[in-house]
Amino acid sequence: MTYLADVVALTRKDLRIELRGRDTLPAMLLFVLATLVVFHFALPEQSGSGAAYGLLWVAIVFTALLGLARAWVPEHEHRVLDGLVLAPCDRSAIWVGKALATFAFLVAAQVVALPVFAAFFEPLDATALVGVLLADVGICAVGSLMSAMAAAGRSREVLLPLLVLPLAIPLVVGGVGTAVSADPVRFLLFLALYDGVFAVLSWASFEYVVTE
Amino acid sequence: MIRGRGLEKRFGRKRVLTGVDVDVPRGGFAMVTGSNGSGKTTLLRLLAGLARPTRGELDVGVDRSRLGYLAHEPLVYRELTAIENLDLFGRLYRVPERRERIGMVLERFSLWDARHDRVSTYSRGMTQRLALCRTLLHDPELIVLDEPYSALDESGATLLDHELEALAAERTLVVSTHDPDRIALLATTTVALG
Repeated sequence: MTYLADVVALTRKDLRIELRGRDTLPAMLLFVLATLVVFHFALPEQSGSGAAYGLLWVAIVFTALLGLARAWVPEHEHRVLDGLVLAPCDRSAIWVGKALATFAFLVAAQVVALPVFAAFFEPLDATALVGVLLADVGICAVGSLMSAMAAAGRSREVLLPLLVLPLAIPLVVGGVGTAVSADPVRFLLFLALYDGVFAVLSWASFEYVVTE
Repeated sequence: MIRGRGLEKRFGRKRVLTGVDVDVPRGGFAMVTGSNGSGKTTLLRLLAGLARPTRGELDVGVDRSRLGYLAHEPLVYRELTAIENLDLFGRLYRVPERRERIGMVLERFSLWDARHDRVSTYSRGMTQRLALCRTLLHDPELIVLDEPYSALDESGATLLDHELEALAAERTLVVSTHDPDRIALLATTTVALG
């Protein structure tokens, strides 16, 4: 129960900081909407739905990257991460709190972006929406860890995409698969497996990322 | 409580600490002095467990739940208020009767009236006082303070003088300073670096 209480306190802190500063979510929203508008005009009319779904996933991944790039900024101002690391809570709770907050921002951006996508291209069915949510879990789990690693370095803006994008490839494959495949359940299971494996790996390795 | 032998710390090729010995008994007050770049902050980070020595042995006789660390940076969120920051750390440190304790430390460091203001609106001195509140919130047994007087005005410094006097009687302290005269009377041990 104390672990859960720590996670709730840390997530609530991130949501509160975002509500005050509005640094992350508006940028994610603007980015994803602008990207969809550009794609709407860039994609030839005869292009199939497969191309549109592919572009949607490009927009989702890069929107997530935008959120992840900001994720640890409050901890690095005033070096608050040192304070969190010194606290006697399980250090993985810091990662869980950050991943949950990033997930909330990404879902909030998608709540606006997916209807726009449906208006410009075509709507996602229920299976594809579940695919989007599963991919969100994976990208936030892995991305929060990679973002913590990148934030510790000097060139985090360069490092973050280099760390996250290769790991996001399976999520894009799974996400597009759930939307276009005749057997989407296979891709949902693949995404769930990815989430499980990478969430456990990230959870277990976070302590080594934030301590010397 | 603290026993360090031959402590060495390198960052790449740069050697910051070399062969430092530290002994601080329970209830002792160690003053760490040295010029800029002599490794005071590095030594204190080793003692706090935020870094590991490259060489040497270090035994700090408390776990991190009983340690209070004041760093150069205040380690508080700028977008949160003083009370929100202390509430977060109070939860993570499982401080009993958290609200009362938070009220008490804010009163002690004259921040009660500014408790609902965001830290980003604080002056450097107020932020330093809030950092001291965070350090002492969980009533730690070992208190490690890195330049605690920095940014404090005379009234804040006098307040801290009284706090250190009171704490020295019942806690173990390690304090780094550029102004040894200020705390020399309290110190039972001096670690001179550089």
